[in-house]
Amino acid sequence: MTVALKSEQTASQIAAAFPGADVKADGPAVVVAPDMVNKVCAFLKSAPGLEFDYLQNLTSTDYLDYFEVVYHLTSLKHNHSMVLKTRCFDRNNAEVASVTGVWRGADFQEREVYDLMGIKFTGHPNLKRILLWEGFPGHPLRRDYL
Amino acid sequence: MSLRTQELLLNVGPQHPSTHGVARFRVWLDGEVVTNLELVVGYLHRGIEKLAETRTYTQVIPLTDRLDYLCSMSNNLAYCTAVEKLAGVKVPERAEYIRVIMAELQRIASHLMSVGFLLNELGAYYTPIIYCFRDREKIVDLFEMVSGQRMMYTYLRIGGVSQDLPEEFIPALKRLIVDLRKAIEEYEALLSGNEILIARMKGVGVLSPELAINSSASGPVLRASGIKWDIRRAEPYSIYDRFKFEIPTANNGDCYDRYWVRIEEMKQSLNIIEQALKDLPAGEICAKVPALIRPPRGEAYGHIEAPRGDLGFYIVSDGSIAPYRVHIKPPTLINLTTMKDLCVGWKLADFIVIFGSIDVVLGEMDR
Repeated sequence: MTVALKSEQTASQIAAAFPGADVKADGPAVVVAPDMVNKVCAFLKSAPGLEFDYLQNLTSTDYLDYFEVVYHLTSLKHNHSMVLKTRCFDRNNAEVASVTGVWRGADFQEREVYDLMGIKFTGHPNLKRILLWEGFPGHPLRRDYL
Repeated sequence: MSLRTQELLLNVGPQHPSTHGVARFRVWLDGEVVTNLELVVGYLHRGIEKLAETRTYTQVIPLTDRLDYLCSMSNNLAYCTAVEKLAGVKVPERAEYIRVIMAELQRIASHLMSVGFLLNELGAYYTPIIYCFRDREKIVDLFEMVSGQRMMYTYLRIGGVSQDLPEEFIPALKRLIVDLRKAIEEYEALLSGNEILIARMKGVGVLSPELAINSSASGPVLRASGIKWDIRRAEPYSIYDRFKFEIPTANNGDCYDRYWVRIEEMKQSLNIIEQALKDLPAGEICAKVPALIRPPRGEAYGHIEAPRGDLGFYIVSDGSIAPYRVHIKPPTLINLTTMKDLCVGWKLADFIVIFGSIDVVLGEMDR
């Protein structure tokens, strides 16, 4: 059975690796700053005992006050999982560091979030719309899109 | 004197016999050899995730049927699993067994289509697939018996299933298991050792295990690359921890292995159905769930081993009757992430086979 790692414990492991970084546990998830997601993910993928080698799911939610990008990570080696989150408060200029360099599987999923939610992933090699066409007005999955 | 050649850009799709729907590939060719490839999707995008935000939790179930329309039961199951996790609903025993029977029958029906269409792509035009349709038809008849529908079943409900099995279902299923075992043997005899099939698929489109994991591949594509990973075993949902079954894996990660894994999985599914039939208890078929279910504030991610891979639903609730956010993680779209790596260096005809061996359904890719 896949074990969901305790978020407090994982958060403290991340905080120890990135001194001074903004890392906190929120319920079952670990929340980090948007500009350091890629570094945290690279750490989570390589740190002994964690080894999250598999990106299960990448998506986003619009809470109106902020956008939340959610990463469901799994380690096939240890069969454990965790939830990583990041929050962007600027609606007009939401930016998150891309994790395509860590997991190739993020490629289409980040493009989808960009397309439907309008969050830019800095460092993505080919960030363009995927389900809708170039020139489509707005980002339909935002809560204020009508 | 050297010959000057020019690269040719070819559009495969959106309407193309091998896409079984509307997907487009921009393929750059040097003579017949693929040098680059780009996937263009979205032709079937209906905004199902957005539509779900304006419906009640139960009303979303028919939408999930329209994702991967070759395995509607599995989509229902994935969605209901996520909502039940969110709302903390306990599903009655009998309903769990019925769900497992349906999900495994659906896996066989779906793999039959996958194998049939793959053979189509290989050039065995419409002969093998008619045999596959023949056997899938019998499964669809059973689904019609329980749900009244032949494609969009909407059979599962949050907390159970919509109606009990009719009296004639179990004898019919027992006959079907015998028939299917025979049919799968027949496919193996006709196809697995076939010279043309082996020549076209062995060693073609190899996906290495490292790349398979790194690119979040799942389902038969992941297992054909030698990774023994199946959600039914790794994170048993429903009652899968009660059944004995093997996880077929292959070592080469080529098109043939992806085909072979599907054939073996059908046999395992039959084993699971037999065990479930033997233990099928009497009792309730649906938990007491209000018609307008209001899961508590929060979020849940539920995922299952669907025929085409790891199908997940991420659902956020704000405590109202409609989900605040529904995200569907589409296994087939993600399985295509490495399409370029698999195809570069192979001929155009091989590209069609590689695409067929990954097995996609556009309704799910585009949502």
